[in-house]
Amino acid sequence: MQTLLHHLRWSQAGQRYRLGVARSPYDPQVSGLLDAARGPLHPLAAETFDAALSAGWADPTRLHPPGRRARALLDGAREVLADALGVRPDELSVHGSPESALETGLAGLRHARRRAGSRVVAGATERSVLLLQPGVDAVVPVERTGRVDLGAYAAALDGGDVAAAVLQTANAEVGTRQPVPEVDADCREHGVPLLLDATASLGRDPGAIPSRAGAVLVGDAATFGGPPLGLLAVRTGTRWGLPGPRREAEQGREHAPPWVPLVLAAAEAWRQTAAVTAAEESAARTLVDRVRRAAAAVPDVEVVGDPDDRLPHVVTFSVLYADGEVLLEELARRGLLVASGSACSSSALRPSHVLAALGVLTHGNVRVTLPLGAVSPTRADDIDRLCRELPDAVAAVRRRLGTDDL
Amino acid sequence: MSGGPPVVDARGARCPVPVIRLARAARDLPPGATVLLLADDVAAWSDVPAWARMKGHTVTLHEDEHWTEFRVVLGERRTDRGQADSST
Repeated sequence: MQTLLHHLRWSQAGQRYRLGVARSPYDPQVSGLLDAARGPLHPLAAETFDAALSAGWADPTRLHPPGRRARALLDGAREVLADALGVRPDELSVHGSPESALETGLAGLRHARRRAGSRVVAGATERSVLLLQPGVDAVVPVERTGRVDLGAYAAALDGGDVAAAVLQTANAEVGTRQPVPEVDADCREHGVPLLLDATASLGRDPGAIPSRAGAVLVGDAATFGGPPLGLLAVRTGTRWGLPGPRREAEQGREHAPPWVPLVLAAAEAWRQTAAVTAAEESAARTLVDRVRRAAAAVPDVEVVGDPDDRLPHVVTFSVLYADGEVLLEELARRGLLVASGSACSSSALRPSHVLAALGVLTHGNVRVTLPLGAVSPTRADDIDRLCRELPDAVAAVRRRLGTDDL
Repeated sequence: MSGGPPVVDARGARCPVPVIRLARAARDLPPGATVLLLADDVAAWSDVPAWARMKGHTVTLHEDEHWTEFRVVLGERRTDRGQADSST
């Protein structure tokens, strides 16, 4: 497929800024990478980014030629990214991070609805940045699979004084999908605007955002092979507005326009990934199924999350009597790079709030977020190796901790 | 404490140590026996009940000001060590 800049009929004039420096081939060194929550750029997104450094560096609000060119590129990229969320370009704003998009999206709902209520209804496994927002006082519990308790969610909406509700399309740590159509219908019935957090799903799980669901939608370009940019859509007709002086950029939602090369890279990643999403989904699902089976076959290992109604590319499991950090190191020694929600394996003092909300083991946790096939050509081999090495790696860690007799 | 249930004092220890010491204490006790764990690591709130569920034990929590007492009543010894999918 031709790249986005070509598609937008960008002239090659910008090339002269290269000063003759030879371009090194893009090599993100992904061998063994099974932690792609923030993966490397899609190779064509990297190529577009590289070209956009010359063509789109300018401030798109400037009226001189480089500024106008950056504006044209940004407009083209916005159309592509609006399509990613299934919205119109004038409903979409781009933010420096998905966390910032989530925070801004919710703040605008709360402020516009401040006379209707102050509470925010949220499930217990929503992303930390949302759970830390004002108004999120009591969270709605989730089932053992991580699926939000629908009855409790509806009861929270019934409670009155509600400004907004938030729901993730699926959980990034355990992969479980949430009942989006049901919660969306409940929110409409109560007249409560719903923020749908699709940051874990976009580009990985087709149909994650049912058409017209939610009042505010948020995505993360990193999920589909772009840079970690926040995408925020506020559907037309939604009561939404931020407190404070009016912001000038991005539909009045940002202080400054985004850096255009990043947005172009995100748009390119979407075009490339969207073209293969169905094939990508089934390939990822097959690989993740193998990890689920291999992990479940190891003694005292619990595979977490819904076995079927889940993201195709995420799997997590917890190993009894093992330390998450030691497990990560043991797998890294074998050339396999994974993540963990255990407290002892991150800078966090507390274990993953998601694992705790499910009531599953938080220690000895291993999480695989499969990179896109286009990003990691070796991923099937890496999964092979993980399935093969896992029993021995777990046994080695338990021997080292002196827990192999338990 | 003589005559009372065995007590594992894991205060000050971080995950996964409290669960490991609890499992070690429980290993040689018969079904129906009780064992107490004292822990102040926040991960123990999730991990001790999860361990008990995986192993067929029952657990009740008593919050103290600075730590938590977990009272575990052991279930029948399980032979299916590999179990597995939390959702089933």
